[in-house]
Amino acid sequence: MIVSVENLTRQYGPRTALAGVSFQVDEREIFGVLGPNGGGKSTLFRILATMLAPSSGSASVAGYDVERQPAEVRRRIGVVFQSQSLDKKLTVFENLRAQGHLFAMHGRGLAERMDEVAERLGIADRRGDLVETLSGGLRRRVEIAKGLLHRPAVLLMDEPSTGLDPGARRELWQYVEELRDQQGITVLMTTHILDEADRADRLLLLHQGKVVAQGAPAELKARIGGDVVVLDVAEPARLLPELRARLGVEAAAVNGSLRVEIGNGHRFIAEAVEAFPGAIRSVALHKPTLEDVFLDETGARLT
Amino acid sequence: MTFWLPVWTLWSRELVRFWREKARVAGYIGSPLVFWVLIGSGFGDLGFFFPGALVLTVMFSAVFSTMSLIEDRREGFLLSMLVSPAPRSSMVLGKILGSSTLAWVQGMVFLCFVPATGHAPGAAGLIEAAGAILLIAFMFTVAGFVIAWQMESTQGFHAVMNLVLLPLWLVSGSLFPMAKAHGWVQWLMRANPVTYAVTALRAPLEGHAGVAGAIVTASCAAVLFAAATASAGRRTARTFA
Repeated sequence: MIVSVENLTRQYGPRTALAGVSFQVDEREIFGVLGPNGGGKSTLFRILATMLAPSSGSASVAGYDVERQPAEVRRRIGVVFQSQSLDKKLTVFENLRAQGHLFAMHGRGLAERMDEVAERLGIADRRGDLVETLSGGLRRRVEIAKGLLHRPAVLLMDEPSTGLDPGARRELWQYVEELRDQQGITVLMTTHILDEADRADRLLLLHQGKVVAQGAPAELKARIGGDVVVLDVAEPARLLPELRARLGVEAAAVNGSLRVEIGNGHRFIAEAVEAFPGAIRSVALHKPTLEDVFLDETGARLT
Repeated sequence: MTFWLPVWTLWSRELVRFWREKARVAGYIGSPLVFWVLIGSGFGDLGFFFPGALVLTVMFSAVFSTMSLIEDRREGFLLSMLVSPAPRSSMVLGKILGSSTLAWVQGMVFLCFVPATGHAPGAAGLIEAAGAILLIAFMFTVAGFVIAWQMESTQGFHAVMNLVLLPLWLVSGSLFPMAKAHGWVQWLMRANPVTYAVTALRAPLEGHAGVAGAIVTASCAAVLFAAATASAGRRTARTFA
């Protein structure tokens, strides 16, 4: 494994942002950290990026401890921030060159590498443009180019899709998958977007600073099994015990509706509608999503 | 290489950015120029108010260009510096050298108005004045850095500017000579580092020796520089953003 996190805890005064988080990321893996805002994702990201010291526990990248050997870690990670880390008054290549200098790259080696990453990310024809004239999607690509410049083993991305339109989002994912497949780069990204999390190889679900589940998205969803049925009813509190008593089905009240995880959704729907005529206003049936997984584990909604 | 490349890149970044925002040049030189012409003409002594106005230009430039640190650290170029293996001290030095170069250039532009003052400092005097401006630019930049690094917001920075730096400039001998000041103000002026900066510049322009002023200015700059390096290290050991 290339990233290893053990019992990581971080406190801000009395508030606990991370409470004993442990996980490992393998090489050539796209690893997603999914959770609501305030769930601990940003804190985890900042610790791995060597910007913040853990209160206790440890984290290492490529065998180097983020707290004790930050310089070694920094040489091996590329960091793509959610907020802009580009100088808008500089051109694309001026930004890349400055980044290279920070990593002691210079001269022809740097120039060639700049061409290479710019080509790969499709920003070569914009090399002389001021960053402030670029669209959000292009800026994100420059950020990624910047993060990749020094050939890191691990790319850390904080909410990479935030603020991007669907087209730019699709492109971004294409690049990320290419990085994994063609260059063997490990990508660790935080996200609160379900579609994005679905495309990760493996996921960590964080809630209130704790790991609530981890595994491949399909595997996590399979744990729920079958179908998810959401009943929109007038009086959820009254219907919940009746469902249990008459149909032997355990439901959960979420936002004024009743949510049921059940092997055979369509049969349950038929039974429920028959058993409680008039009580059900509408019925929805879907295959489990990551939202359901999250709901199932925490009782809280993701977004 | 690992030390000087970041220094170089930060220094040149300041210059390039500045060149692309030429309105800034006009802004920092403009208001001191207006002050100088109005106050100087009002008192009928353009020569006396000239060094003070020039120091004000340098102070504005130095202090405001370090203010960008506050935003830069939260979202901006500085973020990627903080997660790079470049030594923190090279970052401090690069930023300070860049900002002081800009402040110096603006002071030099202001110096072009010296013929209007009635002073004729001669070549040696002008070179000395250029050196004094460099020292002053460096001192104010480092002071700006120390302040900006402690600040969470640019509003706080403006408060420090208005409550500390501007009053220091007012009692620096820029507007009235120390000899004419009353009791406690005179003591304030003696204790004020900006007084020595103004003296260091006034002396070569008026044709007398200003070594004492230059030495005090250089010492202040050195002390502040030590504080800047120390605070940059501390801040990162803790947390930022």
